Amino acid sequence: MSKLDAKIPEGSIDQKWTKYKSSVALVNPANKRNLEIIIVGSGLAGASAAAALAELGYKVKVFYFQDSPRRAHSIAAQGGINAAKNYTNDGDSVHRLFYDTIKGGDYRAREGNVHRLAEVSNNIIDQCVAQGVPFAREYGGLLSNRSFGGTQVERTFYAAGQTGQQLLLGAYSAMQRQVGSGKIESFSRHEMLDIVMIDGKCRGIIARDLVTGKLERHFGHSVLLCTGGYGNVFFLSTNAMGSNATAVWKAHKKGAYFGNPCFTQIHPTCIPVSGDHQSKLTLMSESLRNDGRIWVPKLKEDAEAIRTGKKRAVQLSEEERDYYLERRYPAFGNLVPRDVASRAAKERCDAGYGVNKTGEAVYLDFTFNTKRYGRTEATKKGIHNPSEDEIVRLGKDVIKEKYGNLFDMYKQITGVDPYEEPMQIYPAVHYTMGGLWVDYNLMTTVPGLYALGEANFSDHGANRLGASALMQGLADGYFVIPYTIGAYLSKEIAVKAIPTDHEAFVEAEKNVQERIDKLLNIKGTKTVDHFHKKLGKIMWDKCGMGRNEKHLKEAIDEIRALRAEFWKDLRVTGTADDLNPELEKAGRVADFLELGELMCMDAVNRNESCGGHFREEYQTEEGEAKRDDDNFAYVATWEYKGGENNFELHKEELIYENIKIAQRSYK
Amino acid sequence: MNWLSKMFSSSIGQKFIMSITGLFLISFLVVHCFLNALIFLNDGGRVFNMGAKFMSTNPVIRIVEIVLFAGLLLHIIRAFILMNLNNKSRPIKYAVTNGKANSKWYSRSMGLLGTLLLLFLIIHLRHFWVPTKIALFSGNEHNSFEELKEIFSNPIFVAIYELGVISLFYHLMHGFQSAFQTLGLNHSKYTPFIQTCGKLYSFIIPFIFALMPLAIFMGFIK
Amino acid sequence: MSGNMNITLKVWRQKNSNAKGELAEYKVGDVSPDMSFLEMFDVLNERLVSENNEPIAFDHDCREGICGMCSMFINGRPHGPKEGITTCQLHMRSFKDGDTIVVEPWRAQAFPVIKDLIVDRTAFDRIIAAGGYISVNTGNAQDANNIAISKDNADEAFAAAACIGCGACVAACKNASAMLFVSAKVSQLALLPQGQPEKQTRVLSMVAQMDAEGFGACTNTGACEAECPKGISLKNIARMNREYLGAQLCSEKM
Repeated sequence: MSKLDAKIPEGSIDQKWTKYKSSVALVNPANKRNLEIIIVGSGLAGASAAAALAELGYKVKVFYFQDSPRRAHSIAAQGGINAAKNYTNDGDSVHRLFYDTIKGGDYRAREGNVHRLAEVSNNIIDQCVAQGVPFAREYGGLLSNRSFGGTQVERTFYAAGQTGQQLLLGAYSAMQRQVGSGKIESFSRHEMLDIVMIDGKCRGIIARDLVTGKLERHFGHSVLLCTGGYGNVFFLSTNAMGSNATAVWKAHKKGAYFGNPCFTQIHPTCIPVSGDHQSKLTLMSESLRNDGRIWVPKLKEDAEAIRTGKKRAVQLSEEERDYYLERRYPAFGNLVPRDVASRAAKERCDAGYGVNKTGEAVYLDFTFNTKRYGRTEATKKGIHNPSEDEIVRLGKDVIKEKYGNLFDMYKQITGVDPYEEPMQIYPAVHYTMGGLWVDYNLMTTVPGLYALGEANFSDHGANRLGASALMQGLADGYFVIPYTIGAYLSKEIAVKAIPTDHEAFVEAEKNVQERIDKLLNIKGTKTVDHFHKKLGKIMWDKCGMGRNEKHLKEAIDEIRALRAEFWKDLRVTGTADDLNPELEKAGRVADFLELGELMCMDAVNRNESCGGHFREEYQTEEGEAKRDDDNFAYVATWEYKGGENNFELHKEELIYENIKIAQRSYK
Repeated sequence: MNWLSKMFSSSIGQKFIMSITGLFLISFLVVHCFLNALIFLNDGGRVFNMGAKFMSTNPVIRIVEIVLFAGLLLHIIRAFILMNLNNKSRPIKYAVTNGKANSKWYSRSMGLLGTLLLLFLIIHLRHFWVPTKIALFSGNEHNSFEELKEIFSNPIFVAIYELGVISLFYHLMHGFQSAFQTLGLNHSKYTPFIQTCGKLYSFIIPFIFALMPLAIFMGFIK
Repeated sequence: MSGNMNITLKVWRQKNSNAKGELAEYKVGDVSPDMSFLEMFDVLNERLVSENNEPIAFDHDCREGICGMCSMFINGRPHGPKEGITTCQLHMRSFKDGDTIVVEPWRAQAFPVIKDLIVDRTAFDRIIAAGGYISVNTGNAQDANNIAISKDNADEAFAAAACIGCGACVAACKNASAMLFVSAKVSQLALLPQGQPEKQTRVLSMVAQMDAEGFGACTNTGACEAECPKGISLKNIARMNREYLGAQLCSEKM
């Protein structure tokens, strides 16, 4: 029997959640005090879940590898958070948000979960404002909205370019309030290294105190993984250096199925790689595409001249430039969704039109709009027949006001002044839509083990829309898990806390210790980063923006070989009983080396192109993604079967009762 | 009164004491300065001595004097307690610091400047305040002006006084505006005004003080 | 790929919180001006590992200036010679070929060194836990637009809320005072109507916790503001002083 019961409640789509909430089993307050919940990760999902569950009276323990819960990478989200408030009176509704999210995900997300997400989106904004999150406001004192890719309404709430920071600090404050009142125990610089299973249920974790190196056993009636995505499989990504997949991967190996591992979001506007020393990639907000035009030279010779420094971008006339997005997608132009824009950039660069030393960059040029703004300003100021210089000067002031901080950031990183030269950008790994498979309750296939936020697979299908990640993290933590966890815990009230000298804990700790010892005892010659970079290159070249069967199969072989080499020739300095960043990295890369392979396997299996997953064999004549709804309208869910590279595919059919499936077109 | 002791032992409460006593001393300096400036009337010290007499005998001033000394002591004692606290909050020092990149040297050296001022003050009180008091209690007539002339005929004392006045200048340059910041008075409209006043005050008062020993030493005051 | 700069680093090495530390010297060649400061450390660490030496431990995570984790005291200044950025945003083109750079951990009683350049900043978390929040349980908020907040106040609250909790203010302050950090949170919540009910208790408990952690007192040198990567204003400290004195003098609580 397949375990894949999504447990979607009966009833019409707009009644499912309401009915569920009023009928789900409850836990009375006295019993809540005896139920312990472990939360791993302190980002939007983790911190909000910790706060909400502690407020309800559960005993909560939170684990995070950074020094403070406020460091979690949710903090880096720039753009905003969606909600169906319709404050702008432009026709938004819960249904529309639901529809846009399903469509944006290229029809590979589950209707029930996404509708619930759209329903609670409004509560998130209310909750955050009540917490004192300083969203941007209009002069009248009410909240301001802006538009984002893939939608036709303005539903994005924001706090300058630091929305993620402000939302996370809100959730962090709520969590710290419970820490202060003693209801949450907070474990900084602790990394979860395994889950503990007792009688088929998840009953705790093994965590390593990263400062002392000591392994600790922690019991919980249930465990919530809120550990984010696995974009760092690619080594270079917009993720934080510490972002990792270890928690979800350990859970996967203990029985939690992995959903759609190959669905990766590549963000089109990042600062290109500058050299081998590069450690991470920096995102330039999507909002820049509102005023920037993307181009490469029309002639290869010009591209070549620019790459070798013989020509500068500004020397090319309008006729010598190829605004390829505007050419290919006249309707949406530079504002096509992320997956489309990224692929188009790759296509041009692969064809030899890239513009930086590595040949992997395109221009994001503000000249046109600078001048447009300049002329408007001149008119406003009553300057007749302004000179070209005057127009540019006035226009620059407008651009500076709108994007000043981003331009400064760009200059800081590249050393090039984007007011003088067009920006160079290139796509980079940004987000992973795949993750642990969860049912409507957010429970994985392991009883008692939940996955929230980016760590699960549920809401974004094959492509995530901008400003939806923050929404999902907080929805899961504040408004979903507090209800759905009752369905499980209400049956656990008779279970007393299990002492951590139980054999399952002893066994799990022993396994973790053995693995640590193994890593330290290879005593080879190559560093962790050496292997991580190699893995990243394989993944980026063969399981990145464009994929095909041949490359993916090669990638699988290469990863297997690399993994074998890793376990033979890795060098980890230092000891286990000390703060040892090399050891931490080694454990994470060891897991990436397994997950990377599964991603490729999933990509081979999915013989279609959808969202961020582009299989070169499956494209239209114009080079657009070709979906295959007859054969692939399912969640590819992988079960670990023990041993090496032994995974079994299960399928959760996706049934669309409320949305008519259609081809996405941005022409 | 638990809350009071709590407040005054807190970091902000202690700063509050520094601020209030500082501002009080600043207001005293105005009186002190302008009374002393009477020597520039160059009338052989007639008016100056009248002022000095008034200040040393008037009962109201006598009470104010006690308050002044209390304020001064509070300022000094609190400063030493705070310096000790602040010192302890960084037990291991940096090997390299580049303070000038982020702040004024005199802002960082208030403890040093204050200590210099304290040393100066001891000399100053010994020169002028102690003899007045002795005279007062022994019932003798005391000519402050003559004493002034005598002390400032000694170039070493003139130098000490000039150094004291320079310390005062820098101490005020930071202290004046800092006192307002501690009281929570920082406002886009008024702070620039306060800062300008602070700079003017820090310059004018010490400048007038600085002129006195010089003028006497050079023989301009007869 | 290689660069053309040679750098001499003097880095604080300390085995653990109990050990005695010292500055150790390293030569790093082939430094590219396009490298970030931390990438230069990555390169050095790769070399140290390949020489079978323990790499230098330092805190870092997002590497885009927002998580607040990186924390190096570079040539006498937190986050190095440039203004308005964190260490991870500092690039080697800000230095010259042949430079000697001294790198130390944040130094403060309340930030004990854990290892090398890593310090323990959990004192900040405890200060927030003492009162840096608005007590509103999940689910009982009113509609967001029921509260109108003047744009100026919202913007000012945001400017204060932009603090990343890195601790550069403490590191820069000659008194290792945490007033800029604490006042940023106090200000953010004091500026918003939602923060009013707990205004007094908040500032009193946060300041009490700040003092208990062993931070020094503010002497208004302004170093914190000058070194803050997010430009948090000294005005926030003035506001906290005001809030604190007001709360002490006016609240009915003894």
